[in-house]
Amino acid sequence: MIDLNIVVSGAAGQGIQTIGYVLAKTASGAGYNVFAWQEYESRVRGGCNSYRIRVSDIPANSPLIQADILVALNAESKRKYRPLLKAEGVLIDEQETGERVITVPFEQIAMEDFGKKLFANTVAAGALAAVLGLELEALTEVIADEFAGKSDEIVDTNRAAAAAGYSRAKRSCEGVCAWTLPRRAQTHYLITGNEALALGAAAAGCRFIAAYPMTPSTGIITFLSKHKERLQIFTEQAEDEIAAINMAIGASYAGVRAMTATSGGGFSLMTEGISLAGMTETPVVIVLGQRPAPATGLPTRTEQADLLFAVNAGHGEFPRLVFAPADPKDAFHKITRAFNLAEKYQIPAIVLSDQFLADSNSTVADFELETLRHETYTAATAEMVDYRRYLLTETGISPRLFPGQSQQLVCCDSDEHDEYGHITEDLTLRKRMVEKRLRKLEGLRDEIQPPEDYRVREAEDVLVSWGSSRNAVLEAVDRLNEQGNAVGMLHFTELWPLPRFTFPDEQQQYHLVESNATAQFGRMLRSEYGLSVTSKIARYDGLPLDYEYIMEVWQHG
Amino acid sequence: MVELDDYQSDAENQWCPGCSNFGILKAMKNALVALDKRPDEICLVSGIGQAAKLPHYLRCNFFNGLHGRALPIATAISVVSPHVTTIVVTGDGDCYGEGGNHFVHTFRRNPDLTLIVHNNQIYGLTKGQASPTTDAGEKTRLQFEGVKIRPLQPLALAILHDCPFVARGFAGDLKHLTELFVAAIQFRGLSYVDVIQPCITWGTHPISWYRDRIYHLPPGYNPHDKDTALKKATEWGERIPIGIFYRTEEPPHLFGEYFRASIYDGALTALKYPSRRAIAELLGQFKTAKQRGELERAGRGEV
Repeated sequence: MIDLNIVVSGAAGQGIQTIGYVLAKTASGAGYNVFAWQEYESRVRGGCNSYRIRVSDIPANSPLIQADILVALNAESKRKYRPLLKAEGVLIDEQETGERVITVPFEQIAMEDFGKKLFANTVAAGALAAVLGLELEALTEVIADEFAGKSDEIVDTNRAAAAAGYSRAKRSCEGVCAWTLPRRAQTHYLITGNEALALGAAAAGCRFIAAYPMTPSTGIITFLSKHKERLQIFTEQAEDEIAAINMAIGASYAGVRAMTATSGGGFSLMTEGISLAGMTETPVVIVLGQRPAPATGLPTRTEQADLLFAVNAGHGEFPRLVFAPADPKDAFHKITRAFNLAEKYQIPAIVLSDQFLADSNSTVADFELETLRHETYTAATAEMVDYRRYLLTETGISPRLFPGQSQQLVCCDSDEHDEYGHITEDLTLRKRMVEKRLRKLEGLRDEIQPPEDYRVREAEDVLVSWGSSRNAVLEAVDRLNEQGNAVGMLHFTELWPLPRFTFPDEQQQYHLVESNATAQFGRMLRSEYGLSVTSKIARYDGLPLDYEYIMEVWQHG
Repeated sequence: MVELDDYQSDAENQWCPGCSNFGILKAMKNALVALDKRPDEICLVSGIGQAAKLPHYLRCNFFNGLHGRALPIATAISVVSPHVTTIVVTGDGDCYGEGGNHFVHTFRRNPDLTLIVHNNQIYGLTKGQASPTTDAGEKTRLQFEGVKIRPLQPLALAILHDCPFVARGFAGDLKHLTELFVAAIQFRGLSYVDVIQPCITWGTHPISWYRDRIYHLPPGYNPHDKDTALKKATEWGERIPIGIFYRTEEPPHLFGEYFRASIYDGALTALKYPSRRAIAELLGQFKTAKQRGELERAGRGEV
């Protein structure tokens, strides 16, 4: 079995992301499952960052912590990450020599052989490919791909720099590095959560995104802007998050599927807009990429502490949808569901991502494009006599038309309104309107998918988790079972309204796994299902949940 | 032909009897009739305040949203529905205070819409507090010792940022105001009209104070001269000019390039969704070029 973990470390601005991504793509291109995540500081230059790549021949989209190979681009990061290196691991370093050290002077080779320090990253990528036992050709193909559009000279120099790093490292590898990664027939997508969310939104027919840049969600509007002509999607950088969500609501009112994306701070500014979407019954999709808070918190790291905020965001009472995808593949399909359900029920839908999901590259064997459905829920204009945007109905769903679509007038108000959309102070009508809006929740609840059940039937203990921790929890469950425990997993990705679901067995012990300090999902489970958990595995240091952490807390508390 | 009656709304009017907002409502109806626009071709967008209630009193499409947030809503509507005439009706508190950030950035965007600000220099709906345009020194129901901060200069701000159509009207001059509205609505791009609208209940100045000072920009006035426009826009106190202060012929920066054809046309429904093939091709970038090539060859039956 192949299951390797590589840590590429250095300061911000040194290009560890380039080295890491090129390597990840090369291993993915060679047919391996690759999972790559980054932890980095909120700065443009300096500091200590790492790009972690897991290469395996089994599907495993979750982090490993102990490293087989460490690439250190500066002394500070070498000090910080060396403790992660296994005893039999290998260090790739510019100067240090030693028994399990591959010495490759990246900068010196770049300067002396290629005239520019700039090529040091490519030399390093070459060295890393050699240590891993990848074919040089597999790497140079990816380099040519990544530098496509640049001049032939740049592409050729980068190829040569990769080859130089590769051959230098190869010489030192004999007897030290036992790994080989020959090409396999499998092909995969290597894709981040942000990219999957953006493509999923486009596949769902989203034609409008307005957003204010905020880590870790900026990648969504960036991707859509890059491909806007192809996707016929209008993208606008708003002056603030308030403008962003109001623009999305305006676009949706006017007739297109629309979204915005932000993080906790921006989402705080959007809450009044979410309430507006609730009152005016305007579908809108909001991606909330969580990061550690309160306030600015740790801007580039991860957490799942905005769950109750998302479930309760906005003043007043109105139905909304909250989803939290498990990984990029799930993110792609989940956001299309969010668009469809938001439109069907005319509600705001919040997709909870986090820095870990947003930035991490996962292996996806295939997306199920054939399952994509083009759902439309607008009323047929011909049927409308005496059109009322807020007609009181049994389901709570009123006929939705767009301004300028027909001679029917479409009137929406943030004030309490009558069926036509005009301000009202008729308090009997107010009560009926509240009930009409909340009635939509009943139909919506029937659409919500139950949690993923993994090995629960034979389990004595069940880990209950949600969102982006799924693959780490899954791996922990497998390993705990290998150690003779009877453990299962119930993993939720559709969080509000919570699905109609009965916890299977009162004899089982439930253990909560989530990335926050106050067991937010645990509180939801208690209030919605009356479930009390036996213990909590919580992480709130800004790093993602991984199976080692989960097992450590499980075993030692 | 469109008639005034087509715009008659059944909603009960909540403004104070005798409010100068009625003059603005009348001018707006007159302008829409003069332009022969049907109610379904119009979309009024407003925020919160007395002015923002206007959409309820003029039969047409409307979105009466949040306090201060009419402009982002309207910007999106103008982009997505270029065939609909989008008009924002707002007040000095709504637009210059709560929505100040959007006000400034909308000049930069120059969307194809008309912005009409009922400027009564006071908060009406919350009963008499200072607004961003209340004159310094004026006593209000909250600023008991007089307003100590300087008023905003919204027209100058607009001209400075090259808002392509900047005008001021007076709610008490119906004929002139109707002409301004006609010109503003016909204008392609952002047209902004600040309307002096004396508040008969909380206002710091009586209507006569305005009548004594207001004058029309002279016939020879050149609205294409930015320096003169800035100077005129800051004239306030002894004399108050009204008319079109500034005009450029700059086309809108934001428009619905993807939405120009009616999105409701059945034949164009497919446009609402990218093809599965487009998505599959975009996904292709997440494989290596070699794998993409193999996939494409397989797709063509070559492998």
